[in-house]
Amino acid sequence: MNKTHEELLKTSVTRLEEIAISDPRTKERSSWDCVLLSRQQGRPGAATYIDLICDEFMELHGDRTYGDDPAMIGGIGTIGGRAITFIGNRKGMNLRENIERNYGMSNPEGYRKALRLAKQAEKFGRPVVCFIDTPGAFPGLGAEERGIGEAIARNLKEFSTLKVPVLSFIIGEGGSGGALGIGVGDKLYMLENAVYSVITPEGFASILLRDPSRAQEAAEAMKMTARDLKRFNIIHDIIPEVPEGAHKDPLFTANAIKETILKDLDVLCAKPAANLVRYRIRKIRGIGEFEGSEAWWTTLMEVFKLTVDLR
Amino acid sequence: MHKAENCPACHRQVSDDVLKKYQMVCPECGFHHRLDAAQRIEQIADAGSFKEFSAELCSKNPIELDGYAEKLRQNQKQSSMNEAVVTGICTIEGLEAVLAVMSFDFMGGSMGSVVGEKITQAMFQGALSDSPVIIFTASGGARMQEGIFSLMQMAKTASAAALLEQTGVPLFIVLTHPTTGGVTASFAMLGDVIIAEPGALIGFAGPRVIEGTIGQKLPEGFQKSEFQLKKGFVDAIVPRDKLRTQLSFLMRTHAGVKHEQNA
Repeated sequence: MNKTHEELLKTSVTRLEEIAISDPRTKERSSWDCVLLSRQQGRPGAATYIDLICDEFMELHGDRTYGDDPAMIGGIGTIGGRAITFIGNRKGMNLRENIERNYGMSNPEGYRKALRLAKQAEKFGRPVVCFIDTPGAFPGLGAEERGIGEAIARNLKEFSTLKVPVLSFIIGEGGSGGALGIGVGDKLYMLENAVYSVITPEGFASILLRDPSRAQEAAEAMKMTARDLKRFNIIHDIIPEVPEGAHKDPLFTANAIKETILKDLDVLCAKPAANLVRYRIRKIRGIGEFEGSEAWWTTLMEVFKLTVDLR
Repeated sequence: MHKAENCPACHRQVSDDVLKKYQMVCPECGFHHRLDAAQRIEQIADAGSFKEFSAELCSKNPIELDGYAEKLRQNQKQSSMNEAVVTGICTIEGLEAVLAVMSFDFMGGSMGSVVGEKITQAMFQGALSDSPVIIFTASGGARMQEGIFSLMQMAKTASAAALLEQTGVPLFIVLTHPTTGGVTASFAMLGDVIIAEPGALIGFAGPRVIEGTIGQKLPEGFQKSEFQLKKGFVDAIVPRDKLRTQLSFLMRTHAGVKHEQNA
């Protein structure tokens, strides 16, 4: 069991009382407050949103190789007659559930289940919606033995060329490669108080600032809030929460998510698969900040011409 | 007088000259010393054949992090490299290949925007020139100084690998010590053939992080090349003196796929 995470949750709860006191409408919430809110026990998770958004939902289990990962939820849902495959990190709503669901930290079989369901969706022409909410992939013995790196890598590759629309929503914690493992798609959204980063602020503080207690400072420096990532053009848009946070009114956020899903799918489902994938790859390919960039667009078009599916 | 150092594995004294003669592998115990990109290219490419590309790419400071610009300059000065990966085209036993070599000496081989871009460009160059792409990895993972932009390079390089696959041009990965984090969880695990040098640390989470999670010491040899071979994540462990011949074997046995596919 992960003691540090448990301790973190404890401090989060204490701190949340302070956050609740200050009226969020009077000033922008700090990055650290977003970190705490995004991790808050009781914040609506993937299962809650699936439940609130779908008319019907059937959960599908297992990766067909090793087992079923309780930290990853997946299945088929319907919204107004439209079938959608849902995939999401699954935290617990209380301590007992969190232990059962490993605090939303997946093992390789979680990522392999996600890929199995995504390929199944592709086969039957269903779009995919992912809900991201994890501190990261599980850094455990078994995870390494069963190839957590390979599992995430494969998902990044396969999701980038999946022939059906893929929408991703960061609903809480977007923790590094473990989040990205179900985060490659056509559109990426973040909830107002969600965070997304390459490493936890605690990790950043202990490695780069050489002092784990400077996590608060790290959170600001890392630029990990929805506002930051919108400014960087990494996410498409921000999904609103009520001022106190999504836990106060899950339905409000669920409705905003639902609206976004329906609006996007109307557009994306009408596109030919090759266009969809080309556009997705172009978007991913363009991310990066450096000097001396070449005209990569023509090169990419030339490479598309060499493929069977995308020429 | 020749300088001599103690081998970190067997602790015997080996002179620099002898070590160089054995491609920086301890002749006593076979320990593979880390190579920088220049040393690796010299060992792998036919003499004088390597032509670097994308050399002009230079990191910015995308999240405006204090100290990152200085850190970059410092590393550039110390390593005489511009970034943590060198890419180019060369021949190996007479066969053309695109070669990308990461260097752990440059900021722990971490992948930021430039590394991601150079790896991507190398894969596309391979696709366009119908030359196998060979990548030597050595990395601590994503470059956290570039924040979310570094994480996104995982997606970028993995999607480039997906495209490369569709063109039928092979991707060969050689994992060297150490390869961890975001590099393991992206292009490093996506080769058509994945080779590892002996004794390399290969994993996602670092050993100390895992020990912190499980609250005990890791078993001997955990996450080493030999472990990854046993677990089924690498195709073969190839000692340094056999790398050139094994790579040229792979290039010869993977030729011609592209033309058949697009005929």
